[in-house]
Amino acid sequence: MNKVISIDQFIAELDSGMTIGIGGWGARRKPMDLVRAICRSSIKDLTVVSYGGPDVGLLCSEGKINKLIFGFVSLDLIPLEAHFRKARQNGSLKNVSELDEGMLQWGLRAAAMRLPFLPTKIGFGTDILKYNPHIKTIVSPYQDQQELVAMPAINLDVAIIHVNQADKKGNTQIYGPDPFFDDLFARAAKKTFVSTEKIVKTEDLGGADKAIFNRFERNLVKGVIASPGGAHPTSCAPDYGFDLSHLKDYSSQVDSYPEYKKRFVDLELADYHIAVGGIDSIYSLPLPRF
Amino acid sequence: MKDSNIADICISQAARAWADDGEILATGIGLIPRLAASLSKIVFNEGLMITDGETYLIDEPFPLGVERELKIEGYMSYSRVFENLWGGSRHAMVTPTQIDQFAQMNISCIGDYASPKVQLLGSRGFPGNSISHKNSVFIPAHTLKSFVEGEVDMVSSIGFKKENKYQPQIGKVFTNLGVFDFNGDNNSFRLISIHPDVDLASIEQSTGFQVDVSNYVETELPSSREIEIIEYLDPKGMRFSVFGG
Repeated sequence: MNKVISIDQFIAELDSGMTIGIGGWGARRKPMDLVRAICRSSIKDLTVVSYGGPDVGLLCSEGKINKLIFGFVSLDLIPLEAHFRKARQNGSLKNVSELDEGMLQWGLRAAAMRLPFLPTKIGFGTDILKYNPHIKTIVSPYQDQQELVAMPAINLDVAIIHVNQADKKGNTQIYGPDPFFDDLFARAAKKTFVSTEKIVKTEDLGGADKAIFNRFERNLVKGVIASPGGAHPTSCAPDYGFDLSHLKDYSSQVDSYPEYKKRFVDLELADYHIAVGGIDSIYSLPLPRF
Repeated sequence: MKDSNIADICISQAARAWADDGEILATGIGLIPRLAASLSKIVFNEGLMITDGETYLIDEPFPLGVERELKIEGYMSYSRVFENLWGGSRHAMVTPTQIDQFAQMNISCIGDYASPKVQLLGSRGFPGNSISHKNSVFIPAHTLKSFVEGEVDMVSSIGFKKENKYQPQIGKVFTNLGVFDFNGDNNSFRLISIHPDVDLASIEQSTGFQVDVSNYVETELPSSREIEIIEYLDPKGMRFSVFGG
């Protein structure tokens, strides 16, 4: 069994109009190498589902997003995402489904469990329900008769996730202390592609000591893409922290995006490494302290 | 004893928000609320659970902005935060961009929703937090822009509206002008204490809705022990930059 594919083979698995879920959280462990590959491709009209960071920002500035399903978009230490803001404020991104972070999780979990919805109290009393008129309520069939929000499943065509280590069979390991909701993205998707810092032999995955870091099963993984430094400029704990100066540069180029694109997006990974100062400079980025 | 300043007054007052909460997760989002939660754990409620700002529960609050060694007591990934908060055993302190007479808060966007004048973060966990557990509020600049007339532009968290099936739990509201709550008649906004050198008129002029000022006192100053601990927690004085001028 060998699921290792090239970045071009990954792109060949995607189609315009697909619903793509992106793992990670804000400026943390985003599959940026895969996102940049989507930016370079002819794929468009995507529905993007994300706890958003620069993944959403880049796809906004590329005009790749038809619809965004999100709980937030932020670069963590830089709270507001400039590219996302611009797309919202100039009216080019009107088709949004803004959710509570937990509702987004619930939607993925419903999809993962092959359920049409999961019930919750969340959303009542807020404008989340007003701006998501497709979200219905139900009444508890039990004695309490409580009215609840029926958070609909968020079914994904594809999930993309960045991991610290994988083997060619699709066994993956995430060493960051918080695995976020990547397991649910993988379970909610018809097919999941992982980019990975390292590809090792199965016997070198680390045995029992490391098995706990295997956050979802290999049968969910359709393709494995070698991508050292592939989360840059977001963090990939414990391998590297986020690149704050790059993120500042990226944020400042919101009105000169073609320039940023030429310098950093229109490059294969090896050239990207050179453009950002070399793979060693990525691996020397300190982990952030909050 | 050093002179009291607005940062220390706010931290000292805000720390009291968690005093009677027992053994719950105290989440201070932003610098002042975070320092307040740390101070609270040291001075008012040792049962509080607080995090390192990322993934771990820590046994002892640590100073910000300097080298430190974490004393980790537990684990609090985002998934665990959700599980915890849906069970209700959390009290967060948040800084919304807008708050209104119903205690509804907004961190999503300003202006027309389809094409906002200012896009902010998105509603994050506010809808779930506000329907699940108590929230207190810290607002460093008490103005008509933050305490808005009518209703907030986008309701990110549930407020005290009659038609709501659920009602929120609001702790206290701490600002550069005073301490407030929503425990007036029909959950109206009420002044509890006014900070030194603040006049009542400026509070009324800076709030876009009615403030019940029928019963208030002057805000108590932090004790010298509290000030010592605040200085330990924020040795670089980052807290002073929060309040502008």
